[in-house]
Amino acid sequence: MTVTPLGIPRRLLEFTIDGETARVPEGATILDACRAAGTDVPTLCEGDTLRPKNACRVCVVEVEGSRTLVPACSRRAEPGMVVRTGTERVRHSRRIVLELLASSVDLSTTPRVADWIKEYEAKPDRFGPGAARVDEEPRIDNELYVRDYGKCILCYKCVDACGDQWQNSFAISVAGRGFDARIAVEHDAPLTDSACVYCGNCVEVCPTGALSSKSEFDMRAAGTWDESRQTETTTVCAYCGVGCNLTLHVQDNEIVKVTSPHDNPVTHGNLCIKGRFGYQHVQNRG
Amino acid sequence: MRQRQHRTYTRLTHPLVRDSRDEPFRQAGWEEALDRAARGLAAARGAFGMFSCARATNEMNYVAQKFARVVMGTNNVDSCNRTCHAPSVAGLSAAFGSGGGTSSYEEIEHTDVIVMWGSNARFAHPIFFQHVLKGIRNGARMYAVDPRRTSTAEWAESWLGLNVGTDIPMAHAIGREIIHAGLANQAFVERATTGFAEYRALVEPWTLSLAEKVTGVPARAIRELAHAYARAERAQLCWTLGITEHHNGTDNVRALINLSLLTGQVGRYGAGLQPLRGQNNVQGGGDMGAIPNRLPGFQDILDPGVRLKFESAWDTVIQPHYGLNLTEMFEAMEEGTLKAVYCIGENPAQSEADSEQAVRRLRALDFLVVQDIFLTRTAELADVVLPATAGWAETEGTTTNSERRVQRVRRAVTPPGAAREDIDIICGLAARLGHDWKYADAEAVWNELRSVSPDHYGMTYQRLAEQHGIQWPCPSTDRLEPPYLHGRLWERDPAERGAPAPFGLVRHDPPVDLTDEEYPLRLTTGRRLDSYNTGVQSGGYASPLRRGEYLELCPEDAERYGVVVGEEVRVSSRRGAVVAPVWIDPALRPGLAFMTMHFPDEVDTNQLTIEANCPIAGTAEFKASAIRIDKLPVATIVR
Repeated sequence: MTVTPLGIPRRLLEFTIDGETARVPEGATILDACRAAGTDVPTLCEGDTLRPKNACRVCVVEVEGSRTLVPACSRRAEPGMVVRTGTERVRHSRRIVLELLASSVDLSTTPRVADWIKEYEAKPDRFGPGAARVDEEPRIDNELYVRDYGKCILCYKCVDACGDQWQNSFAISVAGRGFDARIAVEHDAPLTDSACVYCGNCVEVCPTGALSSKSEFDMRAAGTWDESRQTETTTVCAYCGVGCNLTLHVQDNEIVKVTSPHDNPVTHGNLCIKGRFGYQHVQNRG
Repeated sequence: MRQRQHRTYTRLTHPLVRDSRDEPFRQAGWEEALDRAARGLAAARGAFGMFSCARATNEMNYVAQKFARVVMGTNNVDSCNRTCHAPSVAGLSAAFGSGGGTSSYEEIEHTDVIVMWGSNARFAHPIFFQHVLKGIRNGARMYAVDPRRTSTAEWAESWLGLNVGTDIPMAHAIGREIIHAGLANQAFVERATTGFAEYRALVEPWTLSLAEKVTGVPARAIRELAHAYARAERAQLCWTLGITEHHNGTDNVRALINLSLLTGQVGRYGAGLQPLRGQNNVQGGGDMGAIPNRLPGFQDILDPGVRLKFESAWDTVIQPHYGLNLTEMFEAMEEGTLKAVYCIGENPAQSEADSEQAVRRLRALDFLVVQDIFLTRTAELADVVLPATAGWAETEGTTTNSERRVQRVRRAVTPPGAAREDIDIICGLAARLGHDWKYADAEAVWNELRSVSPDHYGMTYQRLAEQHGIQWPCPSTDRLEPPYLHGRLWERDPAERGAPAPFGLVRHDPPVDLTDEEYPLRLTTGRRLDSYNTGVQSGGYASPLRRGEYLELCPEDAERYGVVVGEEVRVSSRRGAVVAPVWIDPALRPGLAFMTMHFPDEVDTNQLTIEANCPIAGTAEFKASAIRIDKLPVATIVR
């Protein structure tokens, strides 16, 4: 028998989701409860290692008694709450969010978004060819990772990961306002002139592929990136004694990307420059 | 920015052999290479030393030490833990009977005071430092004790910039202040420690004002740290190589442990001692017995009961005395009493202090086998080179981190060419020397280790996968122990409390390499964020932060010597001289210079460092050399 530490005991509370009774521990969000119940709720700006930002509004649900739709990712479940996830009002709101995002940025590398567009019958092209788009050239200013703001939905996850929630480097923030708002380093300089320490913890949380490792970016550009041929193996980093868990993404016996499990007690999904990018030496095979 | 002559290492794919050291290597098959290696080692029975690898798996270290003890009949087995944290292990085991850090990373998020002593964790252990930052965000106050105002110190409540090698005066002054302010935890001191009266007498001369004179830190700042540490409900004391890489590293560690004993800041959740280890498995290598004085499970060789257990498990006779440590093995090479070395995954030709001396000694060996993934400078000196796999990405096994957490490493890529796994190679050699070991896989090795090490018994591979790793001790397969060690010290019942922890009666001893008029600058060494040790691994990727080796000076010294950024200067110590460009870092203080050891193929910093060793742990004083710098004559052609 194996014992798993359970943490502080929490009271369970009861409420209903789409007419079914849900029981979740105190402090859980509506999203947690939906996922536990097997109800699919789309999310983009939500991050399992980050505090909810409520930026994308794609996870909204209807709560009886609430004037507005509420974001499931941040609203905590309360006893007796009545939640509906599939009403026309919810579907309409999600549809609009998806249409606005997909018409203005490139979501081609955002996992699952194509399914949601279909499910919510979103028509991003209904705004016509003149719809404003964030068409920007990818910024390639170093050998480790690429910033492609044409894919950025301004979810702020990278800003939070770089800032006080994890890395505390504060290299990136939001510059500009309105449609001109962009994630940028100070004075919009190249990364190499910024406070960036290349930990790549922003890449780890980016939901759309706007931030990607250079190896992934190059392989996608060359048409050789193929996740169906990739294996993911979790091991331990060899660079210091901290013992960070690395998940090596391997295609054709080459490490093509490194991530870290978000539920790992050592890393919580974070790595440093050596762990995330320092793997090339094993495959300098002469 | 200057053009750097960077050397990239490519993987070894075939065994290399040669008949004499003057010849170039030629490729060989495994049969021939192993036969030659076995012959060479057999000829040196009784004069053999094993350098095991603090970066390979626990399983490999277990088999390597077993090879030394069973096949070669010697306890001469050690690893690069000697060049970094051996003093931590020696100091902690002298105080508590166990050489591991006492706390877990998670605890530092829930503590009240954090002392980072001789540790630039922000650079050297970035993900540990994220836990520290969580602690700071949760309200903990952090104090940084370091000669350099590092990026760790940027997060501190207060930076105590002490002179290099004055850690003991600082610790003793803190201890004295705690005693005089009535902040010692008297109940804990009486029940759980011994030697307090002697300790009080020892620290009595170290008044705050004397400490200020010796350490260069204002008395007020020392007093503040003393009070914060002693008054905190929970405090964590963390250190790295700034404490251990001194000729009296073990004494430094003891001086820090004393503070935790004095205040009861150990053995409770959130209160403890945390040495931050530098290699992925330097903790595990020692735990597996790849050190000259311990058998697997950190069990003492001098204990007849322990020896008997291993003798019957391995069907052998274990020498009833300690073997030579890495430092002593190098001295024995000089004396000619150590004739053959089997070096796995280490690069002592570049990592040892006073590297010229290390190379000379390796050359003097009758026989050297090197097993590595690259043709390192050490491998270039060998008779036989055996191509191995990269522990972390090409083999199955486990490693043990700084918080004693044993975690699984897994094979993700296929090794190049004919490279073979370490355990496989060692077993091939053992078979040729009369010991036919059969291990189906790494798990079989692990299960053998579990059967002889009570601290690891409860860690099956299945549990390790389920629990994200398990911290030792783990004696039972159905329970988990608390994340901190030595809770026993707080028991009411003296029998359960066990052996009390002795105060370490250690005296200040300044660095061996004194500064004087001829060598007026103090050189200290350390790591940068994006690079690692001798750079063989980290040189393989393109870091935008990397600028190569520089001699870093403070602006005042740069002005005094009339040198500017990028200008190459001659840097000399009493042992050697190198040419390095200058970098200016305002985080340094006048009289203090800094270099790394990451780029030995550009600038061999360890030609400058002194091989003045800690007599207990054998670690060299990398952190304190005396140097001078000279401008190069205008016409000098560099390189």
